[in-house]
Amino acid sequence: MKILVVDDFSTMRRIIKNLLRDLGFNNTQEADDGLTALPKLQAGDFDFLVTDWNMPGMQGIDLLKAVRADAKLSTLPVLMVTAEAKKEQIVEAAQAGVNGYIVKPFTAATLKEKIDKIFERIEANKG
Amino acid sequence: MTNMTICDAASLESAKRLVELIECGDERAAFDVLEELSAVRESSLFQDLGKLTRDLHNTINGFQLDSKISSMTENDIPDAKERLNYVISMTENAANTTLSAIETSMPISEELQTRVEKLYSSWDRFRQRDMAADEFRSLNHEIDEFFQWLTKNVPSLHSNLSDIMMAQGFQDLTGQIIRRVIALVQEVEESLVGLIRITGQKMNTVHQVEERKTPDITPTGPVVPGVDKGDVVSGQDDVDDLLSSLGF
Repeated sequence: MKILVVDDFSTMRRIIKNLLRDLGFNNTQEADDGLTALPKLQAGDFDFLVTDWNMPGMQGIDLLKAVRADAKLSTLPVLMVTAEAKKEQIVEAAQAGVNGYIVKPFTAATLKEKIDKIFERIEANKG
Repeated sequence: MTNMTICDAASLESAKRLVELIECGDERAAFDVLEELSAVRESSLFQDLGKLTRDLHNTINGFQLDSKISSMTENDIPDAKERLNYVISMTENAANTTLSAIETSMPISEELQTRVEKLYSSWDRFRQRDMAADEFRSLNHEIDEFFQWLTKNVPSLHSNLSDIMMAQGFQDLTGQIIRRVIALVQEVEESLVGLIRITGQKMNTVHQVEERKTPDITPTGPVVPGVDKGDVVSGQDDVDDLLSSLGF
């Protein structure tokens, strides 16, 4: 499984990459905002997107909307990992079609739980 | 400066005329010249006073109009102090989490080293066939015990390392908060420059009173307790509840 991790802070990208590796996902790539992420997503065969919200350039919410609007990417599972904690924001992300929402600071267990849930649901929808 | 010289020259002219008229004994004409002289003086005094009053008025208006500054001192600066205090407590927590994880891991790694050294030397003697049967039985037991110890302690080493890693998330969160404070400092700086411009020169433009209207979903970074009010979730459980209420 190929995963793209998008966050403007490289420390957070490293943390998420390490956590994913711990969970058995070794094939990860990074981008530091939506503008650099989108071409990577369009060019590569990514199976999963983990993105922050608050980033310079293109923000996570706009990246999510761009992904949902792109015919090739529209079904890509997207997990948001962000410090943005306003209810309106979470509702906005849900309406834009996010698959999971984690608020920072988070734990390794939370990340695992959300990822498991996302893929369980995808499997269930397939079957 | 040029005005002054012209004025002085005119005054000097009048003064000379005044002396001449007094010498001639023309009292009435002398009195007229005297009147003329004091009128010039008064009018320039009034002009100066008027100019000063206008400057003062403009400056005071400038202060009042720049409500951005007063709102900054009332809200934004105390708010920034709160945010920076929160940065201190977040970095402190991260440092403490990291140090605790290290403090519990160090003894494990030390014991690991001691045990391995001891086992390795016994194992070495065993391979050299320099070991009695009794001692071998005891080595067997030691190895068995070592595996049990490893099974128990390696996971806790891993979980401590994972704690250390997660604690580094502070860099992202405090970074976001500090960026906001930097933006505020920049705003204060710009306002101060504006204020200096108003007080230093004559005010020429009416300052726009900026009203801050943020769209609801503009990113604001991590929630700082005691500063960020409004409809925010208080943790992952709240997020999950909210999403499940939306049918997630």
